[in-house]
Amino acid sequence: MSTSWSTTDKATSRPSAPGPSDDLRRKRRAAKVRRLRTGLPGLLLVAPALAFYGVFVLRPLAATVQYSFYEWNGISTATWAGVDNYVRLLTDPDLLGPILNALQLIIYFSFVPVVFGVIAAAIIRKMGASRLAGISRTVLFLPQVIPLVAAGIMWTWLLATDGAVNQVMRVIGLDGLTRAWLGDFDTALPAVGVIGAWVNVGLCMLLMLAGMTKVDPSLYEAARLDGAGPIREFVSVTLPAVRQELGVAIIITVISALRSFDIIFISTQGGPGSSTMVPGLEIYYLAFFEREIGQASALAVALTVLVLIVVLPLNRLTRSDSDS
Amino acid sequence: MNTTARELWTGRILLIVVMAVTIVPFVSLFITALHPPGTYPPGLALPEEFHWNNFLLAFEAANMGALLQSSFIIELGVVPVAILIATLAGFALGHLNVPFKRTLFIIFVLGLTLPFEGIIVPLYYQMREYGLLNTQLAIILPLIGLFMPFAVMWMRAHFVNMPQELSEAARMDGASTWQLFWRVHVPLSRPAIASLAILLFLWTWNQFLLAIVLVDDPEKRTMAGALGAFQGQWGTDIPLLCAGSLLILTPTLIVFLVFQRQFVAALLQGAVKG
Repeated sequence: MSTSWSTTDKATSRPSAPGPSDDLRRKRRAAKVRRLRTGLPGLLLVAPALAFYGVFVLRPLAATVQYSFYEWNGISTATWAGVDNYVRLLTDPDLLGPILNALQLIIYFSFVPVVFGVIAAAIIRKMGASRLAGISRTVLFLPQVIPLVAAGIMWTWLLATDGAVNQVMRVIGLDGLTRAWLGDFDTALPAVGVIGAWVNVGLCMLLMLAGMTKVDPSLYEAARLDGAGPIREFVSVTLPAVRQELGVAIIITVISALRSFDIIFISTQGGPGSSTMVPGLEIYYLAFFEREIGQASALAVALTVLVLIVVLPLNRLTRSDSDS
Repeated sequence: MNTTARELWTGRILLIVVMAVTIVPFVSLFITALHPPGTYPPGLALPEEFHWNNFLLAFEAANMGALLQSSFIIELGVVPVAILIATLAGFALGHLNVPFKRTLFIIFVLGLTLPFEGIIVPLYYQMREYGLLNTQLAIILPLIGLFMPFAVMWMRAHFVNMPQELSEAARMDGASTWQLFWRVHVPLSRPAIASLAILLFLWTWNQFLLAIVLVDDPEKRTMAGALGAFQGQWGTDIPLLCAGSLLILTPTLIVFLVFQRQFVAALLQGAVKG
């Protein structure tokens, strides 16, 4: 944090004398007015950003909460529904299913890429400034910059009945296992998960690499001298150093799992059945096709809260030691 | 072979495998795009002759000229405005005495985790109320608002680290707040602003949800939104679809490869500070 506001902080937290006199109170009020006046240019500079954020984010957010207590088809008058929409959210399997699917996607969108990212980063760090290390850093990041829609289209084709995945499996003699990966009830969700993992690996790798380059190389030498193998070295030297970056990687990828929309919209549209339905897509269908605005909004509120519930505890990981 | 050499080789091989898995989808997309249009080519097979013409066909089928124009209108509406107002706010919150500074900052930070799906429904009705549905403004205005949490946090993190003495010296010379900002701080913040601009450019280009909900006409959408419509229309013509996808994703790859260094630094810094 900066030192710039320490002066104002001191002014507000000054311990008050027992039984403040009128004089003191007047002085304080004068200080407050002065502070507001000197702060005015600052407030003016924040105003445009706050206005856009307020009108196009906070206002609709409040409206989502409001809608969620009504039954409304978007045309006729809305009727008060109390917590009905929320009750249905917890009891209707069609609405609970997408939430469970999203939680399951965390394994593929977050856990898998974080593990691969850590391994890839550990390997790249060892290679130092070699050419392969530089190239791999660029290559692994490519899926992160293209539109998710394009990633969805690519992988829909790869995972199709005649796609490259099945082709490779036939070559290595796994004919019996080939199938339309995205069209099979048992494999559709993991198949969608693979797309997410493919997208997220590069980001995790780069974050981990950034953390690892901060580690003092002499620590590794010391570990080696103590006879630590690569795994031991990783657990006791690398992992503690990258805690902050690890936290960030987990947060970003978990959010990407919970709010997944683009990839699934393109590759499965939630099917087959509702085996890959996720909250984002369900909100879209409910609001714009089934015209159940209230129910869609309740799900939107639940999704927003779910993200916060998952992310806030993870946030502790990202605090550096100096903060705690 | 000693242990370190073996480790090194295992590492290299693992890395090459991971790279191959990353690259194969791109290669598959490219090879498929070269097959005769309307066919259903098997997996990774090379076509008998390369149909480079597919890129031209996809360009025409998707009306790519109009798409590019629409995308640039949206980029020009979003990126400069978002950068300007986020820089102003970041400067004030990071460097000036602003009343309720902490509260204001926390309000912005809370928006960081907000899923766009959380507000898309009321946003639709809000845009309808403003009469903006099916115009580029319906994407531009909300996107600026949605970028504020990250952009303000990003610029604030930059300005917090600017030495206070610098501003004090400028004040001594009689600079007003605006002069201090525009003449002293903005020129010194070019790298931070440039990185933010690259990120916002890509996020706008790739924005899908707002585009498909708020704008029906694919020719008034972002690139990613238009690609969604293109898939709906040409989804059965696999080579053409692949060619179209390549046309739409290539600019993002070019931007990334050209600005790679800045881009990666930006993302890491932003992510860790966030």
